[in-house]
Amino acid sequence: MRRRARTALFLVAAVVLAAVLVDGLAGLPAFGHFHGVDGRTLDHVTVRQRHATDVVTAVNFDYRGLDTMGEEFILFASSVGLVVLLREQRADRQQCPDDAGGASGDDGRDPLLALVGRWSVAPIIVLGVYVVTHGQLTPGGGFQGGVVLASALITLLITTGGRTPRTIRRHGALEALEGIGAGGYVVIGVAGIFAGLQFLSNFLPLGTAGALFSSGTVISLSTVVGLEVAGAIALIVAEFAEHGQTPGVGS
Amino acid sequence: MTTNVVPLTVAVPMLGAAVLAGTQPLRRRLLAEGIALAAAIAATVLGALVLRLAIHRGELVYWFGGWRPHHGVALGIAFAVDPFAAGLATFCGLLTIAALVFSWRHFDSVGHAFPALVLVFQAALTGFCLSGDLFDMFVFFELMTVVAIALTAYRSDQRAPLQGALNFGISNAIGGFLVLFGIALLYGRTGALNLAQIGVALRAAHGHGGALVVVAFGLIASGFFVKAAIIPFHFWLADAYTTAPTPVCILFAGVMSEMGLYGLARVYWTVFAGPLAPHAATVRLILVIIGSLTALGGGVMCVLQHLPKRLLAFATIGSMGLFLVGFGLLDAGGLAGAAVYVVADGLVKAGLFVCIGILQHRRSDTGSLRVRGLGRGLPFTGLVFAVGALGMTAMPGFGTFLGRSLIETAASAAPGYGWVPYVMTVAEALIGGSVLAAWARLFLGWGPDERHEWLAPESAEAGDELELSSRRTPAVLFVPALVLVLGGIATGVLPGVGRLAISGAARFVDSSAFATAVLRGHAAAVAAPASSGPSIAEVLVGLGLTALAALVGLGVIAPRRLPFGPPALQNLSRGAARRLHQLHGGHPGDDVAWVVTGAAVVCGTLVLALR
Amino acid sequence: MSFLPFAVAAWLLLVGLYGVVTSRHLVHLVLCLGVVQASTYVLLISIGYLHGGRAPIFVGITVGTPAVDPVVQALTLTDVVVEATVSALLLAIALQAERRFGTVDPDAIRELRG
Repeated sequence: MRRRARTALFLVAAVVLAAVLVDGLAGLPAFGHFHGVDGRTLDHVTVRQRHATDVVTAVNFDYRGLDTMGEEFILFASSVGLVVLLREQRADRQQCPDDAGGASGDDGRDPLLALVGRWSVAPIIVLGVYVVTHGQLTPGGGFQGGVVLASALITLLITTGGRTPRTIRRHGALEALEGIGAGGYVVIGVAGIFAGLQFLSNFLPLGTAGALFSSGTVISLSTVVGLEVAGAIALIVAEFAEHGQTPGVGS
Repeated sequence: MTTNVVPLTVAVPMLGAAVLAGTQPLRRRLLAEGIALAAAIAATVLGALVLRLAIHRGELVYWFGGWRPHHGVALGIAFAVDPFAAGLATFCGLLTIAALVFSWRHFDSVGHAFPALVLVFQAALTGFCLSGDLFDMFVFFELMTVVAIALTAYRSDQRAPLQGALNFGISNAIGGFLVLFGIALLYGRTGALNLAQIGVALRAAHGHGGALVVVAFGLIASGFFVKAAIIPFHFWLADAYTTAPTPVCILFAGVMSEMGLYGLARVYWTVFAGPLAPHAATVRLILVIIGSLTALGGGVMCVLQHLPKRLLAFATIGSMGLFLVGFGLLDAGGLAGAAVYVVADGLVKAGLFVCIGILQHRRSDTGSLRVRGLGRGLPFTGLVFAVGALGMTAMPGFGTFLGRSLIETAASAAPGYGWVPYVMTVAEALIGGSVLAAWARLFLGWGPDERHEWLAPESAEAGDELELSSRRTPAVLFVPALVLVLGGIATGVLPGVGRLAISGAARFVDSSAFATAVLRGHAAAVAAPASSGPSIAEVLVGLGLTALAALVGLGVIAPRRLPFGPPALQNLSRGAARRLHQLHGGHPGDDVAWVVTGAAVVCGTLVLALR
Repeated sequence: MSFLPFAVAAWLLLVGLYGVVTSRHLVHLVLCLGVVQASTYVLLISIGYLHGGRAPIFVGITVGTPAVDPVVQALTLTDVVVEATVSALLLAIALQAERRFGTVDPDAIRELRG
């Protein structure tokens, strides 16, 4: 279709859709006056039932833990697929120049910047671990913390000229991390069955609300999700960075 | 046997995928394929066990994390497994096994990524079938989409799969957003995500809940229609299914598109059937009309196709139209017919795709312009393909015929829908005839010399294919094709298939029995209407339809030999054909514009008609 | 004015879709898809809001204090992950398309016809 025809078609449809949406949205409870039964119940019972003070994380890893498992595997599938997508293209050209591992002043990057980047990796990882493990207490959890952990690699890449350290890439450490994270979630779920309960039951001791090791399996699930997310996002970013480094073929 | 097998149907393939990813550095092909096949077979066996449990108990409800509902409030996620759900999940497992076995020989090197993705796909399909929670269904739906994008673009060293994957991803992502919008609306109204709980809450409110419920239904239907490739949401499908690797097409055409309709049926019968009951007649009309248009449109596009995989892609669209008609009749009979049709059609199409894979294995590629006679010298493959083509015409003896006759019985029973069987007949003749024509073109070398300007230059799976060789077709490729096509026959001749389908459908459409089973924990017995097999008259009509399809096939393959048609008509039809091809030009913006148009039409019609 | 957040969500949806339909650059297209996704975040979070409600984090706050709906926040979290992954995949396809087709203009990526 020609551009103008397509745009015209869309605009007409969009006007109709807008009217429909307004009609439907008008049926929602007024903004700020929502009293959904699930949410209200959860706000009241979570601390008592799960000894977790962050209700959202408890919902994610306990009440609706299956959703999180699916979500985790979405990230898993995306990173695996992305690696296949981008790697295939590098393999069919000549060997790209070996990564120097960032030892020298790569591509004329500012050495001070590179130094700061390398030195910030550790604090970022500590922050990431903190966010992952304190999810059941304060805002945070596996997903958020995992992204923070991955950002350590992103910072390194940005400041040192875009080459992932060889040690990480060569031995498939990131893929292994992903596999452990994804598989770990399923294993913990199955462990619930072996504990005589259901899949993804919270069978570990609940501890006291507010303490670090509370709410049973929530922290363990949060940890494996953190590992998986860190591995997947680091892998995705590393692949994009590698792709950007290698010279293009063009057509 | 505890009910804990239910979550394992999803957990086992996921665990297998994780193990495959973790062992990636080992790069052992045999290990990868072994793990993948073991996981797929285990999950399918578990699925069969769950099916037996479900048939025995009627409705099997599994609460994850042990979060049982209190006072009708369900905080946790449930799998609500009735025989249909379990049957569909097992069917997904069977096709996954076929796809994995087929991929051994199809690719030169498989690596760990492909089987891992296929396993995650199986888990997503299974989870989507079994889930009784609206947002959980959405999560598995998105998982399906993401894995499918990755699988479509698997051969990223070629250009065509990139376009296919792009269109696939963009259209299906938007479909997902439409569904999510609808889910948000429902949550805003009821505060719940459990299907049964939402249904009960909506039924409690008087009237049909106002525009919100209607709009939510429209949005969710539109989103699922994108996945199910209902016209006009369908433009992404042909590109994606043509360029995806053939083992993946088995899963896509066999079961993934059908998931779109399954999702709509599940959500309709548990959530919307209650509030929309006073308007059921209008909803029925809208759904049946959309289905009929899709079936006919798919059939017409089939006639215009010469590339085998693209032909099967449009055949899928046509079939989806027929399934939608079956579901759209909004009763157990039509649904039962659609279910049988889905399974039989999926098996037959999977078999046809494997045959195409055999052709690819032996020759250079089937995307090239030289399709004619590609299969000469492959008599057994040709035989299997021919049988499969007959299955696509819904010939008596195949499960497709049984499905169709069930739908036609339901349509005849519904007042004012007597025209439906005729529409179905025309659509099936077009689809089946085109597949028969493809068989003649591929294996007999019939048909005019191809010089179609608007067809793509060589694209599709070269590269990994081995060169032209006259080796024997490996059993690993041939046996799945044979088994799949025979499965299509089995669903038609095995006794009790129709009866099982109708009793399963009766349970599927019973919203109150569902709500009781999920929220209160006991599954009531559901009465199933009596069913009888197709009558002699129907069989004769069915054979006549097959003959009609053969005639259509002849018309497709040898337009100059048929006596009718003045030159003016021929020019007109050629011009129309060119327009239709241009319409399916594969621009993502076009696809999305049509999706939005479709959503506007569906939602707008519903809102206006259901005031 | 209480309808405004929902109207914003609808607006974002339509504007994002407009961007997708008229896009000339695949990366721009993926970002517009992100705008569409953002509309679902806005819708979900606005649905769950409660006037005077606190965040559902009960640290130092007694249980029973009115709090906003935690379920929509969990749903939005899942939603964000989904969007990130779909975007990542589509961007990777865009990168490959740039290498294979030499362009990222959707108008020019026409390998298949019919």
